[in-house]
Amino acid sequence: MDFPQIFSDLFLDYTLRTVALGSAVIGIVSGALGSYAVLRKQSLLGDAMSHAALPGIALAFLLTGSKMPLVLIIGAALAGWIATLLIISIVNSTRVKYDTALGMVLSVFFGFGLVLLTIIQKRPDATQAGLDKFLFGQAAALLERDVVTMGILGASAILITMLLWKEFKLLSFDPDFASTLGFPVRVLDVLLTTLIVIAIVLGLQTVGVVLMSAMIVAPAASARQWTDNLGVMIVLSSLFGALAGISGAVLSASVTRLPTGPTIVVCVSAIVIFSMLLAPRRGILWRFFRERRQRGRLRLEGILEDLYSLALEHKDPEHAHSLSVLRLMSAGKGGVERSLEILSERGLVRAVSPGEWALTRAGIEEAERAQGERGGGQDER
Amino acid sequence: MNREEAIKVEDLTVAYGEKPVLWDVDLTVPSGVLMAIIGPNGAGKTTLIKAVLNLVNTAAGRVLIYGEPYSKQRRIVGYVPQRGSVDWDFPTSVKDVVMMGRYGALGWIRRPGKKEADMALAALEKVGMSRFAERQISQLSGGQQQRVFLARALVQDAQVYLMDEPFQGVDATTERAIVTLLQELRAAGKTVVVVHHDLQTVPEYFDWTALLNVRLIASGPVSEVFTEENLRLTYGGRVSFLRHGERNGAPEDEKRTGERGF
Repeated sequence: MDFPQIFSDLFLDYTLRTVALGSAVIGIVSGALGSYAVLRKQSLLGDAMSHAALPGIALAFLLTGSKMPLVLIIGAALAGWIATLLIISIVNSTRVKYDTALGMVLSVFFGFGLVLLTIIQKRPDATQAGLDKFLFGQAAALLERDVVTMGILGASAILITMLLWKEFKLLSFDPDFASTLGFPVRVLDVLLTTLIVIAIVLGLQTVGVVLMSAMIVAPAASARQWTDNLGVMIVLSSLFGALAGISGAVLSASVTRLPTGPTIVVCVSAIVIFSMLLAPRRGILWRFFRERRQRGRLRLEGILEDLYSLALEHKDPEHAHSLSVLRLMSAGKGGVERSLEILSERGLVRAVSPGEWALTRAGIEEAERAQGERGGGQDER
Repeated sequence: MNREEAIKVEDLTVAYGEKPVLWDVDLTVPSGVLMAIIGPNGAGKTTLIKAVLNLVNTAAGRVLIYGEPYSKQRRIVGYVPQRGSVDWDFPTSVKDVVMMGRYGALGWIRRPGKKEADMALAALEKVGMSRFAERQISQLSGGQQQRVFLARALVQDAQVYLMDEPFQGVDATTERAIVTLLQELRAAGKTVVVVHHDLQTVPEYFDWTALLNVRLIASGPVSEVFTEENLRLTYGGRVSFLRHGERNGAPEDEKRTGERGF
């Protein structure tokens, strides 16, 4: 692939520019709204809603005979909505738990959608072509007017979240408290869920119903790794979403017959893995190194204290002791020699003769300080 | 309208499915008391508070706050939910959480500003948490979380406070600090209703109590209704409790604690 070529095409080539813009809109909107879904532990609801959209798309086509994106999107949104209501009423009126209701509704709607899709494709006329692209998405099919529609819908959704910033924040953190303050929690809940539905249906044509939920969950989950501030998290999540959307869509548009949805998901997965591993404080690597540092520090302190307690028994703090005794005291934990070298570099211990080590003045003070910190450590002697 | 009745609950019945959680509860809370709601697990203590706050659907009955329906009086009612009811890993700071107590007064769309931030800092000062204002909430201990929730209720500047187990899982220092705070609220003329688990501390901390086990067993001044008989009626045969005068050490009975929170 010729990357400089792709880069210039991004601005000059109509198809590529449209695809990139559309995918950026999808990434921004799903990243922002997805943050709320993730924080409210409704990640799977996005999955159910996007799968449930398929029969809505098929029915909208069957009823109107139109393949206008707006018509299909309205069908998708309605089906997603009915599925959500169904899940809520199943949970409220039966003993079926939330995750089970979710799984049932998701698979029943998706199965029904696949059946409808098969029926549509068996129709003799040629108008059906292309509906199956909604399964895994087809970025190249985006037109400029689609992108304009998506932009307007997405911008309105984001505008509403900005206006109702504190209301949505409170709703996500403590809905009961919001209710006691007089906010209509049900209305806010329905509104926020509607905005999430909008974010999902915006991406269906490009990303597809099967994998759209990744665009809701993955950017938000990645963004959460990097910050403890809701505003920063939402902005980051939007940026991650846009980045994954653009790179995935451009890749899939430049390789023939590469479905967009999976390509975008591969890109967003890379962001997730990167964030899970490397984010400060929450990242796996960061935590690994912090624990190692901590262990190392404790081991050094341990040897210092061992030497100190040995020295106390001799009434001479600077009395030297052999390596083998220290090895015995550290109970099979290796690295005693190396730890002693590190300590001696810091001037806390010194080698009196080969294999014989003693505390220095500074080492004694350090050992006393460490024991004091630990509430006295061993009994007084 | 009787100004002396901070909360008046009439014929309140709440059921989850077929099972009644609260049955025909009539309860009057006079203005200016510090009241403990006590009763065994599943007695409906939390539900009672939530019913007063209109957070659960009631099958029957009504609730008046200073003679008016709750919907008209919510501004003067502060709420401290159970600490475990929220996700403390939420990406926000201590100060932000406390400012949430002002969201109701702010109304729609308006964002909290300098004034709200100052109120939050003052409330954090009162609960001994001002050092933690910018701290991320996931870094707090259980007792600190509880203090943050109290501060959030304080900035509501309410007349009536409803608190759901504010002592649950807090250390002794925090417990003392909270008790002092509650007594200051009472001294300032506020009415404070607390769901409480530790029977032993009821006479020491509170001046008013309600004993609840689906039905209201008794309510009134601690000195009158916190009796062994009422406790037996509330807790069934499972708990016997030191009688009043014994608290200061008459040793004829082995001291047994009541049901404690864990």
